Amino acid sequence: MNTAKFSLITIAVGAVVMAFAHWVHVDYLYFASYTILQFIVLATAWNILGGYCGYVNFGSAAFFAMGAYSSVFMHKLFPLPVPVLILLGAVVSGIAGFGMGYLTLRLRGSFFAIATLALAVVLQTLVVNWDYVGGSRGAYIIRPEEIEFAGITVNYIEYLFALMLGLAVLSLITARTIERSQLGFGFATIRDDELAAEASGVPTLRVKLIATTLSGAFMGMAGAPFPYYIGYLQPSSAFGLEYAVNSIAMPMIGGTTSWVGPLVGAILLGSAQQYATVTISSAVNLLIVGLMLVAFVIIAPNGLIGLVQERLRAWRKP
Amino acid sequence: MTALLHVNNISKRFGGFVALDGIDLEVQPGERLGLIGPNGSGKSTLVNCICGTLQNETGSVHFDGHVIDGLAAHQRTHRGVARSFQLPRPFHSMSLADNLRVPLLYTVHARLGGLLRSAGELDSRCQELLEMVGLAKKAKQMPRDLTQVEMRKLELARAMAAEPKLLIADESMAGLSHSEIEDILALLVRLNERGITVILIEHIMSAVMSFSQRLAVLVSGKKIADGKPEDVVRDPEVVRAYIGQ
Repeated sequence: MNTAKFSLITIAVGAVVMAFAHWVHVDYLYFASYTILQFIVLATAWNILGGYCGYVNFGSAAFFAMGAYSSVFMHKLFPLPVPVLILLGAVVSGIAGFGMGYLTLRLRGSFFAIATLALAVVLQTLVVNWDYVGGSRGAYIIRPEEIEFAGITVNYIEYLFALMLGLAVLSLITARTIERSQLGFGFATIRDDELAAEASGVPTLRVKLIATTLSGAFMGMAGAPFPYYIGYLQPSSAFGLEYAVNSIAMPMIGGTTSWVGPLVGAILLGSAQQYATVTISSAVNLLIVGLMLVAFVIIAPNGLIGLVQERLRAWRKP
Repeated sequence: MTALLHVNNISKRFGGFVALDGIDLEVQPGERLGLIGPNGSGKSTLVNCICGTLQNETGSVHFDGHVIDGLAAHQRTHRGVARSFQLPRPFHSMSLADNLRVPLLYTVHARLGGLLRSAGELDSRCQELLEMVGLAKKAKQMPRDLTQVEMRKLELARAMAAEPKLLIADESMAGLSHSEIEDILALLVRLNERGITVILIEHIMSAVMSFSQRLAVLVSGKKIADGKPEDVVRDPEVVRAYIGQ
């Protein structure tokens, strides 16, 4: 299947989801699915660097928060429509991703992971002490009830849901396009062996910077509408551990070598978390992630996708 | 005739250890050069300095009429320097064909402006390269399914995929059986006959002697001999370095 066909199908699936949600039209459904969609974007973004290139980023929350806080900043300075804020979030977090890639280019494995974790801590400290965006008190953004497009009024939460759905579609198309391109091969060589990659003519530094920038930009995009969604943004929620942990756990559970992995992982883990939040308590979320991660590391180290591929291979050559 | 590779007085030290100490070396286009020396004599460091994995501290490296000092390894690959690694380093997550596709995409494809090679052309080029080293039937397999000698062949095929002018084979026969060595030697000779200059780094003397037109000897980071193989092996200094006094 070529990229154009895949894009059309993904967009069509997105439209069906949108139509279905509109047909059900329950506010809670929008709220819950928004979170899941947001995690699809985050997990896919993490996977571009973590899965394709093999660089584990523990600072996803920092990029997400940078997108969210650039929206808060603009809200105070000069309110803009959310799609523009999403673009802005992409630029801010993309630049941050580029910077992080450049500063940590000599670090590999766990050292890289620790450096990204440090980035998140440093940024959180900065935001806590930045009074203009609310500091440690946090910032309120009063979400309008509805928004009007050419005479049609749309429920605001439905509007945010539609935007996040669009982002999820965009991130999946991007991830799959990369997978099948020259860039995708470059990413995989970095994961396998950087020295051999250089010897094969792959400009590893440039390819790595493309990955950190792209990954950061998508996380920023996921974060930009967040203050409007939640209404009140404080550093501890934007930089929350659950973003860092979920963005790693979801691709791991789904499988990191293909775009399907983060999608499946985010839907599975996201729904489980939403279910637990309603039925048990919201605090049990991270426990679920932890347990599932442990279970999958033991049962399916290559994620669900890896498990399915293995079964298929075994089934084909009896 | 101007040299294809001209290494001019290069030195490299690691802390207090002098790995290379003022090495001069010239390689003519189309030549088959053997490079020998005891363990730790600086052969691999020299290769790394030529290929850009390490940067030399003094002196300069000229390749094909240009100074290539300071260029990154991938830029030197683009200029036409290719190497195989002492311990095979295949891309583990890719099939054999895809292992070759990487250098094809990143060097040849890029050199032709990106648009000239269609997907089908890339596939057939991968297949050709695999046929050259006798691995055509295993195109879809993964590197972990290969034997040692097949791994070495893959390593050479990947180096060749970049269409180099100079191939540096770093101990591509270590640990192989007699017939496997013959196999790799024949392959290197075939490549040389196509006009590719080859530097062979090897411990197995019979292989080096039958392959090389010229032999250079490194001992403790210094070049102590350079000339016709049969003269070099009789050189008293070389004998002393290898056998001891």
